[in-house]
Amino acid sequence: MKPEELISMMEKARADSSAFEHEIRVCTESGCMSLQSDTLLKALGDEVKTRGMTDKICVKGVGCMGLCCNGPLVQADTAMYQFAKPEHASAIVQGLSTQPVAELLCNTQQPFFTRQKLVVRENSGHVDPESLVDCIAHGAYQALLKALTTMTPHQVIQEISDSGLRGRGGAGFPTGLKWATVSKAGGSDKYVICNGDEGDPGAFMDRSVMEGDPHRVLEGMAIAAYAVGAENGVIYVRAEYPLAVKRLTKAINLARRHELIGHNIFGTKFSFNVELRLGAGAFVCGEETALIASVEGKRGVPRPRPPYPANSGLFGCPTLINNVETYANVAPIINKGAAWFAQIGTEKSKGTKIFALTGTVKNCGLIEVAMGMPLREIIYDIAGGVPNGKAFKAVQTGGPSGGCIPAELLDITVDYESLAKAGSIMGSGGMIVMDETSNMVDVARFFMEFCMTESCGKCVPCRVGTYEMHQLLNRICEKRGTPEDLQLLKDLCGMVKQTSLCGLGQSAPNPVLSTLRYFEHEYLDLVNQTQAAHADQSPAATGEHIELEVLP
Amino acid sequence: MRPATSTVESLTLQIDGKDISCRSGETILQVARDNNIDIPTLCFLEGLTVWGGCRLCMVEIAGSPKLHAACATTCAEGMVVSTASPRLKEYRKMIVEMLFAERNHVCAVCVSNGHCELQNMAVKLEIDHVRFPYRFPHLEVDNSHDAMRLDQNRCILCVRCVRVCGEIEGAHTKDVKGRGVLAAIIHDLDQPWGESETCTACGKCVNVCPTGALTHRGTAVGEMTKKAQFLPYLTLMREAKS
Ligand SMILES: Cc1cc2nc3c(=O)[nH]c(=O)nc-3n(C[C@H](O)[C@H](O)[C@H](O)COP(=O)(O)O)c2cc1C
Ligand code: SF4
Ligand code: SF4
Repeated sequence: MKPEELISMMEKARADSSAFEHEIRVCTESGCMSLQSDTLLKALGDEVKTRGMTDKICVKGVGCMGLCCNGPLVQADTAMYQFAKPEHASAIVQGLSTQPVAELLCNTQQPFFTRQKLVVRENSGHVDPESLVDCIAHGAYQALLKALTTMTPHQVIQEISDSGLRGRGGAGFPTGLKWATVSKAGGSDKYVICNGDEGDPGAFMDRSVMEGDPHRVLEGMAIAAYAVGAENGVIYVRAEYPLAVKRLTKAINLARRHELIGHNIFGTKFSFNVELRLGAGAFVCGEETALIASVEGKRGVPRPRPPYPANSGLFGCPTLINNVETYANVAPIINKGAAWFAQIGTEKSKGTKIFALTGTVKNCGLIEVAMGMPLREIIYDIAGGVPNGKAFKAVQTGGPSGGCIPAELLDITVDYESLAKAGSIMGSGGMIVMDETSNMVDVARFFMEFCMTESCGKCVPCRVGTYEMHQLLNRICEKRGTPEDLQLLKDLCGMVKQTSLCGLGQSAPNPVLSTLRYFEHEYLDLVNQTQAAHADQSPAATGEHIELEVLP
Repeated sequence: MRPATSTVESLTLQIDGKDISCRSGETILQVARDNNIDIPTLCFLEGLTVWGGCRLCMVEIAGSPKLHAACATTCAEGMVVSTASPRLKEYRKMIVEMLFAERNHVCAVCVSNGHCELQNMAVKLEIDHVRFPYRFPHLEVDNSHDAMRLDQNRCILCVRCVRVCGEIEGAHTKDVKGRGVLAAIIHDLDQPWGESETCTACGKCVNVCPTGALTHRGTAVGEMTKKAQFLPYLTLMREAKS
């Protein structure tokens, strides 16, 4: 595609869409789809057809609008509808020319919507992810055009560095620095990889970006490839995300057909190709070196770093690996400039972050907020607080590598540093809210079970350590634990954290450590109950330690 | 293994208070061993690629908050390494105890009794009991091969056998299935060893296996001795050729 073609395609698509008098948008991401939003979309289309208004009303499937727990969500002109069902199709279409359907109306002036800051998700809920034309009408590939035709690779990297963007995959590594390292690495063959393995329980931010605005991810990768000097890209998506796979496949095919990826993009010397690879259901394959091994066709286990992928990654070549959300931030930064991006967020954490709100809160779903928002505001204003008159107890952030933050720390702000200081991490953006009925030892046990079953088995501390910690947590939860068990649990936490090979093992003790830090009394209560129950029995009855002779 | 570096420089560093010089590209483990400083390992074997799985060789490097695997960390100028702090010793003990708790290591009836690297490691680290609950898993013994036997009860998943089979023999008969504590050594597509079409029956895996997991058939309790010394020789010859 030539630059002029992109512009004329955009202008034509915009003119075409403004020719419609009305627009109905239906969420067609996994959450709403599971509530038959696809049937609803079809019913709306049929309704418009029977009324003979196809030239006046545009009906399209779009990405997530955020308030997933009230889905399916429909936007009909200015009215947002919640809990919409196929049988509401006629009323919704009728409502366009008369009054909106009152009983379905969703208040878009509530803090859930007004307190958000949309950067990555600005087009989610507006564009049809399966239509390249619609995405282009909303500005897709303009940043790529700008980068390829008006900026040097060095300038692109400088822009990303100046923006202060940090990796959204968990660790928050400065993205510009990573790009600069890969660009400086020797060798002609380089790769860019997009990490879409998203395996944290309760997290679905990346899925939403891939399902709702796949071209934005491709565009970010293409810009990254240009910046670091790579010609090939791989998107690694977990196979449990079939819709994301479908949408990405379609996006890649369309972009290829229109020469937005391929040889000599926009008539420049830059060529870029992308392939999609599916994960096979292993959490550890989200770890970068395991992911690379998996793409190479090997068993997906991590390897010691250094060498880092930036120097020796896929097939031994310098490789840039970033998270889906990281790439999705690139196009707006190139379009609007580093300074614009850097004014959002805090001093060290720039931009916005998407969170997946789940657990016992009124509003579950996806939100995007500026970094630095107090946790209290997210949980009480945006998420609407804990329902059914229960008291808030803790919020778990960062998935199995993160920790639980108690009520007394709700005033901390959400950014990399303060979450880490509170004993948790930003992680990929899962936020699980728990009310007073949650047992924190049980929460720790849940995450430990996850780590135990997801440990790849390569290194001993994680393989056996997570198993032993899970056993100990089981015993404590079942009121069979002794003070010695609790001590052993603590010792294991330190050892597993310090000696494991990869991030999975190194962070597996975090849920235990953070619950011990803020809720140790719950552990002690359970242990004391064991003591009381067994006070009149021999100590041997409380545990099942069997001492075996190991030496000859 | 010595990573190929085109420009070899000499470096100086300190290990356990001892000033040592080495060449750039060498790992802490190599340099320590060259200087008679013993860092325990179980998965490392000279001649095979570095694996970094047993985590026994973790050392402290001054100025770094993390521990580092000596087998996978190259030396740097001025590095100050400590290999035997009380914390490291304690961690090593825990790791070896966990290996004993993981599967069924009943030394008294093992063919490798007295010649076992795991057992020797326990003695060296002065382990006299295991603090962790035992798992007692039900595991199989693969007796299907004419000459060799795999006893999963004694396997510590060091994957020396997998590496020697793929990297040295070039057969890649062995690999790993499953994850976590359920991971296990398999042959071809998880079929009985005796039915493997790729196994050349070279016996290298038996000789590199640190425990009684891989043994020659027909050995009785305490009779199985291993000869892993062939490896450095083989790799040296190969390097000389290429
Ligand atoms: C056990 C484990 C699982 C991980 N899973 C993911 C994941 O699902 N998605 C992701 O983007 N990063 C994941 N990471 C982090 C990646 O290793 C890597 O740091 C990240 O993709 C880098 O991208 P970023 O710089 O854009 O954050 C995981 C790390 C570990 C240790
Ligand atoms: S820490 Fe766990 S997941 Fe990571 S390499 Fe070790 S065993 Fe595998
Ligand atoms: S069979 Fe022996 S060499 Fe192979 S992984 Fe098990 S202990 Fe290691």
